Amino acid sequence: MGREDKSRLDRNLVAPGREIVKLERRLFLKRGLSLGALTMLSGCDVTDAESVQKVLWTMSRWNDSVQAAIFDPNKLAPTYPESAITQPFPFNAFYGESEAPRVDGAKYKLEVGGLVREKAPWTLEQLYALPQTSQITRHICVEGWSAIGKWTGAAFKTFLERVGADLTAKYVGFKCSDDYYTSIDMQTALHPQTQMTFKFGEQILPVSYGFPMKLRIPTKLGFKNPKHIAAIFITNDNPGGYWEDQGYNWFSGS
Amino acid sequence: MAIAAAGPDLSSPERVSKNGGDAMDANTEAQMTGVKNVHPLAVRMTHWINVFAMFIMVTSGWRIYNASPLFDFKFPRDLTIGGWLGGALQWHFAAMWILVINGLIYVAYGIVTRHFKANFLPLTPRSVWHEFTNALRGRIKHELGVYNAVQRAAYIGVIGVIVLLVLSGIAIWKPVQFQGLAALMGGFDGARWVHFIAMAMVVLFVAVHVAMVALVPRTLLPMFTGRASTTGHGG
Repeated sequence: MGREDKSRLDRNLVAPGREIVKLERRLFLKRGLSLGALTMLSGCDVTDAESVQKVLWTMSRWNDSVQAAIFDPNKLAPTYPESAITQPFPFNAFYGESEAPRVDGAKYKLEVGGLVREKAPWTLEQLYALPQTSQITRHICVEGWSAIGKWTGAAFKTFLERVGADLTAKYVGFKCSDDYYTSIDMQTALHPQTQMTFKFGEQILPVSYGFPMKLRIPTKLGFKNPKHIAAIFITNDNPGGYWEDQGYNWFSGS
Repeated sequence: MAIAAAGPDLSSPERVSKNGGDAMDANTEAQMTGVKNVHPLAVRMTHWINVFAMFIMVTSGWRIYNASPLFDFKFPRDLTIGGWLGGALQWHFAAMWILVINGLIYVAYGIVTRHFKANFLPLTPRSVWHEFTNALRGRIKHELGVYNAVQRAAYIGVIGVIVLLVLSGIAIWKPVQFQGLAALMGGFDGARWVHFIAMAMVVLFVAVHVAMVALVPRTLLPMFTGRASTTGHGG
């Protein structure tokens, strides 16, 4: 469920074009720096905002590598009893719940690309045939709230092995039916709890939670859990992500 | 003047030696000229770097808090930095390195040079209470470079609170990788409360700390220069 509710952050961000988003970011930056400029950056020209921005992005990339080093591929996220499940589990996206994409399950074909041996698309029927398990884990949003849900699906590692993915590649990228996109590191992709999710609780994954398939990654923040996945690709070039490209930390591990 | 006289003889050599560390030789020499080193360079530097880092951490932290408030209030936008949640998080996760590295240097310095022992000890609840009630009655005595019992308690306390602030921050940042630490804080949600309360305590400390400097303004300059005149001040 991943994407953070844009409207909760700032309605201005819900703009059709990336350019407008960028402009908004500049405004944010200027507004955001106004206090800092007065108090601690006094003497600096406004154009220094550019270099401040550079430092912050550099630090964020540094934090990516620190988190990759801290990440223990065998450490499991805590699991909870059924009684701990959050009811109702919150909807979360960069658009309203009614705008969630309606994907036709019968016609659905998951594209597979990049550094893989088998590039044939997968039908929902084929995906459902993969061995499945359930997990009750905590979804932690970058905003600070969290919610516990029960997710059922196939280990992502199993899928990657079936398609003959290059498991030594660095990144797995995702493109979604709602134009969302994100990417994760291969270590996390192979984590035993990283799941291709087909069910929420006992029901087929509802539209609100990412029908027909989402990726559940309890070792990452919510926005790193893509919904309505249309394509998966393996690459060595960091594909970034919808929020990541705007400033959320790319690794965002828990 | 009368207030200072009420206290112990603060100009005794024993008291002066409590400055400890590398400042001591300079003090002996400087005493003749009426100037002494009250704050070692390392303490001054780590103090002001800490002010810078803590300012960023608190103001960006307020913006992060606003994305999902624990209470029925949000911090005024103008008091925060980052502009939006993503920007605030960038500031927060950049400044945390300055805060932590600077803090570790300060603590290592305090232990190795015995700065802590010389300046923060001895400390008894009785002496804290005594000084505290005196302060409430307006009897604040201050010898530059010598901390009274309330100050000692407050400084030790705020160091402890900052440690708690960092630990709860790590628990929020990495509730899976450091799940043992997170569990100590009462889980992910518990850690958010601990983090907030510790922040509030630091802000309260800063408010009192700055108010005290305003009451005794001659303490400010030595925090930059490290030096204070040993004559001509009382009260």
